[in-house]
Amino acid sequence: MKFAVIVFPGSNCDLDMYHAVKDELGEEAEYVWHDSTDLSGYDGILLPGGFSYGDYLRCGAIAQSSPVMDEVKKAAEAGKPVLGICNGFQILTEAGLLPGILLRNKNLKFMCRTVGLKVENANTLFTNEYMAGQEIQIPIAHGEGNYYCDDATYDQLKNNNQIVFSYADDFNGSRNNIAGIVNERGNVLGMMPHPERAVSDLIGGSDGLSLFKSIVKQWREANVSHA
Amino acid sequence: MRKVKIYVTLRESVLDPQGSAVMGSLHKMGYGDVEDVRIGKYLELMISDDANDVDALVNEMCQKLLTNTVIEDYRFEIEEAVSQ
Repeated sequence: MKFAVIVFPGSNCDLDMYHAVKDELGEEAEYVWHDSTDLSGYDGILLPGGFSYGDYLRCGAIAQSSPVMDEVKKAAEAGKPVLGICNGFQILTEAGLLPGILLRNKNLKFMCRTVGLKVENANTLFTNEYMAGQEIQIPIAHGEGNYYCDDATYDQLKNNNQIVFSYADDFNGSRNNIAGIVNERGNVLGMMPHPERAVSDLIGGSDGLSLFKSIVKQWREANVSHA
Repeated sequence: MRKVKIYVTLRESVLDPQGSAVMGSLHKMGYGDVEDVRIGKYLELMISDDANDVDALVNEMCQKLLTNTVIEDYRFEIEEAVSQ
């Protein structure tokens, strides 16, 4: 399976994302600059964390207008897995691929620590290697991770099982502790925590690896025929 | 050339932790009459005289990039700018 790691000016988790896919998972990965206009050769799209365009205007707002985002939208429409982590999640909401928005943490602080995450929906292409209700340990590192949406949007997320991860404890003010959501179709996931930073016990934990394994497993089942 | 002044404010329903922190600070300084603080943004755009429907243009730019209507409201004023 071949992944594109989209790189914007100011991305800083692109190397971790690449490492997770290439070295830990043994799949193909390539960096793709934000002005690219063709993602047709990739099976999965990864939007890494960081501070694209210095978080000017709003987090993810300027990256959202990059040429590559039209291609990301096409990939999403084609049903390819699209994963946005941290700033990648913010970009996906600004692009309208996911509902809601990420606001400043309620205590106004940049928070960097490992937190407990509850797997709310283990029936997505991103979480099939987890168990529903399982609690995993994943690092967070954000100043703007306070998920906000209106009541109608929340009801829709809830009723369609689009809430994939929630925080075990409230620390940033996110609505109903939401940490990660998918689109209605289930092929676009945005999450604030960093699974790509939890792919080896050597670096403090490997609970994030199953997320990447899930994507590959789903893709193999759909695309690789066994003779 | 025209000068467009855009005022971006947080919607009523959205909490403003930054505004709350500033209000707390004002209270500590003795300004107890302050009952609420909301922090917004102010943008200035200079638009060429070649643009036809500036009103529609600014609305479009506000909706596509300058504001996020999930949490923000905006209003703007258009002024004739004196050329330098």
